[in-house]
Amino acid sequence: MTFLDFEKPIQELWEQLDKAKQTHEKGKVDMSTTIADLENKIQETRKEIYSNLTPWQKVQVSRHPERPYVLAYMNAMTYNTFQELHGDRSVKDDKAMIGGFGSIDGKTFMLIGQQKGINTKMRQYRNFGMANPEGYRKALRLMKLAEKFNKPIVTLIDTPGAHPGLEAEERGQGEAIARNLLEMSQLTVPVICIVIGEGASGGALGIGIGDKVLMLEHTWYSVISPESCSSILWRSWDFKEQAATALKLTAENMLEQKLIDGIIKEPIGGAHVNQEESFQNVKKEILKQVAKLEKIEADKRIEARIEKFSSMGVFVEG
Amino acid sequence: MSEKVSWFKRIRGGITTSTREKKEAPEGLWYKCPSCKHIVDTNDNAIHLWVCQKCNHHQRIGSAEYFGILFDEGKFKEVNANLVSADPLNFSDTQKYTERLAASEKKTGLKDAISTATGKIEGVETMVACMDFTFIGGSMGAVVGEKISRAIDCCIKKKTPLIIISKSGGARMMEAAHSLMQMAKTSVKLAQLSKAKIPYISLITDPTTGGVTASFAMLGDLNIAEPGALIGFAGPRVVRETIGKDLPKDFQTSEFLLEHGFLDFIVERKNLKSRLAQTLKFFAA
Ligand SMILES: [Zn+2]
Repeated sequence: MTFLDFEKPIQELWEQLDKAKQTHEKGKVDMSTTIADLENKIQETRKEIYSNLTPWQKVQVSRHPERPYVLAYMNAMTYNTFQELHGDRSVKDDKAMIGGFGSIDGKTFMLIGQQKGINTKMRQYRNFGMANPEGYRKALRLMKLAEKFNKPIVTLIDTPGAHPGLEAEERGQGEAIARNLLEMSQLTVPVICIVIGEGASGGALGIGIGDKVLMLEHTWYSVISPESCSSILWRSWDFKEQAATALKLTAENMLEQKLIDGIIKEPIGGAHVNQEESFQNVKKEILKQVAKLEKIEADKRIEARIEKFSSMGVFVEG
Repeated sequence: MSEKVSWFKRIRGGITTSTREKKEAPEGLWYKCPSCKHIVDTNDNAIHLWVCQKCNHHQRIGSAEYFGILFDEGKFKEVNANLVSADPLNFSDTQKYTERLAASEKKTGLKDAISTATGKIEGVETMVACMDFTFIGGSMGAVVGEKISRAIDCCIKKKTPLIIISKSGGARMMEAAHSLMQMAKTSVKLAQLSKAKIPYISLITDPTTGGVTASFAMLGDLNIAEPGALIGFAGPRVVRETIGKDLPKDFQTSEFLLEHGFLDFIVERKNLKSRLAQTLKFFAA
């Protein structure tokens, strides 16, 4: 268990629980009452802390090292039928952007998302979930494949941003993302986009144009990370908490601003505390949404998708 | 010389018929080229369309200048001029966003970072949306997105071609996710324009980075640029930090993008109007 700085009270109880369990197992004293008490206390403390998270704390939860990543969702939701499909058919296979077919309760879906990497070695292999242009182009190729065979598309968003590298620029990172925004608006199949961790800027939006855009409870979605915002607007790295608040980047904020369509609840204490529950929550929501979307004609769905994004942005006509 | 004078008159015409007050340079002021340090009279500089005659550096200019250069006799009609940001997040960093907006308006005489206008380019009725870098770094907020969106609606309705002149540091951070979603908004609207088979020419000028590059600037039927412009997704400083070494000399210039296949052609400002007019005629004839 890794605990975040604001989870100190949970950590202390957890350590007590650990000791109690050890004593109990040695068989000298019956600790079962203490253990049950502590477990209750942990759950209550979690509930209390997690119902009052600040925006910055939510950013921390969204990056929790034990939080389930995209591939874990794909495998769990499809009962391991997920068949990854590789490559953009032009340059290479981007390991930060994964996609493929999977069967959810007997129905075929195209699942696409950024994969962050589960340990130090894999994080490098996955480029920390920062896709290159070929990642966005692979994503689009797979979306078109899904469209051809009339399969609904689910994108799972979890990225600190598109990769800002030299080769990414050479191969047109801007063009790749822009193309996806335009093309996704025209897909004839239902598209559901879910932020499961970090939704950073154009790198997230590049697979984010959907009929339904949803966020998990403790995730963030904005134009810039709080750290970078702090460094640019405050000219210092020390204002990330203020920046997180100012950016109104939480799921709740985003729903209030009508920039997303809904929020998916997380287990008490965050998705990492009960991964299986998280997978089930997301799966249920996907099935619910797709059932609704499939009742609408393709033309109407596209029209509504365009209308939704076209009406975003607040201005005054003086 | 006579040709230049007529150019100059045209530009002056454009400036003076603009709805906003534009300060005329008094006689005898000098302009120093930031690239080669060559010094010229400001009026001569304007006659040459703000391009250095020594090193061909294309100086950054704004919507008033581009409208003056492009539209016949400098005549055009600005549309949706009164849209202003609503500060949806009540955003404040070291300064309130509303204060930044007010200061920028005072400094530039502009209401936001883009102006949209219709007029004729060698007789072809065209919608031109032009960004102004002087207004909060040409950043894209809701006003930029809405003006482009409305320009596209107008182009579809009237079957008028669209030119967008990009010049932007990217997203307007003070509008946070609203700003991010303008990338989506402009791109989905361009999909509609594309479906209606109305030509869209994206003219990319110095500098264009971030969310504008990753949306409408790269989505033209033709993507063209002025020479030597900085064009990229990530800014050069960020890329340098990522790779931990110096960048190639021409990295992220118009010429670099042309070489890598992301531009159709590069056009010098002195040929801009005629090349655009010819291109519009290719689509129409
Ligand atoms: Zn010069």
